[in-house]
Amino acid sequence: MNALTRDTNAWRLIGSIDDIPSQGARCVENGETKIAVFRTADDRIFALEDKCPHKNGPLSQGIVHGGCVTCPLHNWVISLETGAATGADDGRTASFPVRLDGRDIYLNLESNLQQGA
Amino acid sequence: MSKQRLVIIGNGMAPGRLLEHLFEAAPDAYDVTIFNAEPRVNYDRIMLSPVLSGEKTFEDIIIHGDDWYAERGITLHRGEKVTGIDRAARVVTGASGITAAYDKLVIATGSSPFIIPVPGHKLPGVLAYRDLDDVDGMLRAANRGGRAVVIGGGLLGLEAAAGLKSRGMEVTVLHLMPTLMERQLDPAAGYLLQKELESRGIEVRCGANTKMILGDSEVEGVELEDGTVIDASLVVMAVGIRPSVDLARDAGLDVGRGIQTDLAMCTSDPDIFSVGECAEVDGRVYGLVAPLYQMAKVAAGHLAGVSEAAFAHAETPTKLKVTGINLYSVGDFGDGPDREDVVLRDAARGSYRRVILQGNRVIGAVLYGDVADGMWYNELLKSGEDVSDIRDTLIFGQAHQGGGMAADPLAAVANLSDDAEICGCNGICKGKIVQAINDKGLTSLAEVRAHTKASASCGTCTGLVESVMALTLGDTFSKKAEGMCGCTDLGHGEVRRLIKAQGLKSIPAVMQELEWKSSHGCAKCRPALNYYLLSDWPGEYKDDQQSRFINERVHANIQKDGTYSVVPRMWGGMTSSDELRAIADVVDKFAIPDVKVTGGQRIDLLGVKKEDLPAVWADLNAAGLVSGHAYAKGLRTVKTCVGSTWCRFGTQDSTGLGIKLEKFLWGSWTPAKVKLAVTGCPRNCAEATCKDIGVICVDSGYEIVYGGAAGLHIQGTTKLGTVKTEEEVIEVAAAMTQMYREQGFYLERIYKWAERVGYDTVKAAILDDTGSRRAYYERFVFSQQFAQTDPWSERVSGVDKHEFKPLAVFGEEAAPATAKVEPAE
Repeated sequence: MNALTRDTNAWRLIGSIDDIPSQGARCVENGETKIAVFRTADDRIFALEDKCPHKNGPLSQGIVHGGCVTCPLHNWVISLETGAATGADDGRTASFPVRLDGRDIYLNLESNLQQGA
Repeated sequence: MSKQRLVIIGNGMAPGRLLEHLFEAAPDAYDVTIFNAEPRVNYDRIMLSPVLSGEKTFEDIIIHGDDWYAERGITLHRGEKVTGIDRAARVVTGASGITAAYDKLVIATGSSPFIIPVPGHKLPGVLAYRDLDDVDGMLRAANRGGRAVVIGGGLLGLEAAAGLKSRGMEVTVLHLMPTLMERQLDPAAGYLLQKELESRGIEVRCGANTKMILGDSEVEGVELEDGTVIDASLVVMAVGIRPSVDLARDAGLDVGRGIQTDLAMCTSDPDIFSVGECAEVDGRVYGLVAPLYQMAKVAAGHLAGVSEAAFAHAETPTKLKVTGINLYSVGDFGDGPDREDVVLRDAARGSYRRVILQGNRVIGAVLYGDVADGMWYNELLKSGEDVSDIRDTLIFGQAHQGGGMAADPLAAVANLSDDAEICGCNGICKGKIVQAINDKGLTSLAEVRAHTKASASCGTCTGLVESVMALTLGDTFSKKAEGMCGCTDLGHGEVRRLIKAQGLKSIPAVMQELEWKSSHGCAKCRPALNYYLLSDWPGEYKDDQQSRFINERVHANIQKDGTYSVVPRMWGGMTSSDELRAIADVVDKFAIPDVKVTGGQRIDLLGVKKEDLPAVWADLNAAGLVSGHAYAKGLRTVKTCVGSTWCRFGTQDSTGLGIKLEKFLWGSWTPAKVKLAVTGCPRNCAEATCKDIGVICVDSGYEIVYGGAAGLHIQGTTKLGTVKTEEEVIEVAAAMTQMYREQGFYLERIYKWAERVGYDTVKAAILDDTGSRRAYYERFVFSQQFAQTDPWSERVSGVDKHEFKPLAVFGEEAAPATAKVEPAE
């Protein structure tokens, strides 16, 4: 943990992959910002701001399938990797870097958008 | 020219086809009268197996409905068995005394199943497998459960066994010979087939000789010659058929194994023809549909006076209509000194193929597993061409011929000659389909079926017909994909059928076996599959929470701002001061912004934060309030009026009945939401006539209506019927809900389902046939034991805790020291 936090202030241990159901999500609260952390069927982990680019629907409540999540409000399908809406819809949600160390999940609280990605 | 009188005895597939040809060639030549011993119209007998397995309904397999006969002025005597033919007077007489004079007569009495005359063969519960009555008998037996013994491991017997298995019975097949289907398969393929059936839970005993059928008043078991006793509640004999020739013999016609005809299908009396399984032409009798259709065509040509065609024997390929089992055999595959075999086995894939050559010509082929090349071998067999040039690669199939040809099914079809047979049942070759498409401008599969009959019988050649269409029409032909989503081309109906037929019990199993195109499905198919599996395998399938829409996962309704609404159940719309007080307290304690009375006579608490849900439920639970399932594809509400308890017009206790219904039906998952109402008199204050199921109390009992809707689509209900007691109302409502659960497509409301399957079908199964109603009812009751748990109290006591708590919370200033990490739960 110490070694990690020295790298950058923004990396946090948020829990274990076993805390998130396969093809599910859980939230991390960072002040006012809610970050949805997703686990896919093949145990990849992604983090997006918990707001659909359409009408701010809570993406963490959607159905996770393949590398996407379907928003529970109006069925927009958002790519977990990029945060971008797929298909005919247009919009992008902020995504956050995550990495797995064994079964521990580390989340970088600074979004890719803020980093200019 | 005045019309001649044509009388037809029998209304099976051969005479049905004969009439089609006759009316096409000479529509005004005859006044037609048909005597049918079965009390129904003409149907596709070879599709009885899909009816048995539940893959099709009887309506799906009707060839000619009532309109067809009416339009052609045909007199059809149903349920009228002909008892005599007076050839001198040219008159036939039916069992009830109906007579009909003829100028020309067609005998198409078909065949009767052979029943082995062992002791006990007349006991109730011993059936043949021949007509719809037999299928109905088997379905009734299947509803009672238990073990079925099928005697006979040929085509029909194995189809019956697979059908009964898919209907939930234990099944044992007894076969006298050492391997299954020995007339169509060699021992190696028979062995693969047996292994496949055994892996599906069907017990197969070859070399089994039945000694007697046991039981006093009904079937209880079967005893074999070796002394083995097998318990059974149903015995199906499928050991062969006998041409029905009694009528012809009594009339003095020449009879051998069948009714003997010349190559024009004319019997020893020049005015009497015979077609179908009863006819013996050139010393042979037939049981497969293709030669029977050929007989029909030949006879029709002669009757119409337009052709002098002669019947010609051809080898007919055999296929087994059991979903997921592919086998194909054609021609002669016995061993012989001048014969050579080429064999290819792939044990891992359970695939086997064998081509039998004589003098460098193909005389037979047996394929198991991958059967796509069967048609090509059949073509080589029919053409009789010398295959020595391609002998080295013959066994690998058509795709490996001519070097560069890719293993592309379209290319394989493109390389077929114009006289290659595509549809074996109807004898339709490729050239004929191409010609029909071009001449008549056909663009859809349905049109091609209507005009050519290709793939209109057993349907196994549908893919080939589509390939021919794609080749002929080019880009303008797009195979209509009516898949349930982008992950599959299979529709909801096919998926539901295959889940049952193949015994698929998990979402990954469905996706694997039905060849899903995506790795893990999508938000459209996963909730549907989860529902189908839950409904089809109660108690066995474990609900997949991650495949449920959020409302059903957290048992509340998500709102536009991400908060939830909470609706406690109020049985029949009744509440009390205690309940109202508890609700008021919850509203205050959790600062719930809005409280609203719903259209379904419930109270809705709007704007509850997700993390508060378990605590809100705990308080409501404490006052006896449980989840109202206002979020569920399941029973929502039973709306009632006050009925005879208070109302001066009330005829029955509508409130009490509504509460009973709600207590009986709650918790069950259905394809879409289900709303009920019970109203105490026809004034209909509870608005029962726009509900999925409504009950209207009248003095004499309870009128039950269903299929109403009042949402995007507004539709009044359809009357089901009237019953006398509350118990009957509950049984009918539960049975209908179960029928809908088993047949409905995900998100399809009851009115849509009823329109699709037919209101008459629903009424027949739920109201008219009390046995069928009882069976649905009992399956509903069985499934309810796994469903009636209050999801709120489960979650109050800790289920799915992860849903309601954040994984981690960090403060405003992102410093590690202030981070509060919640470890795993």
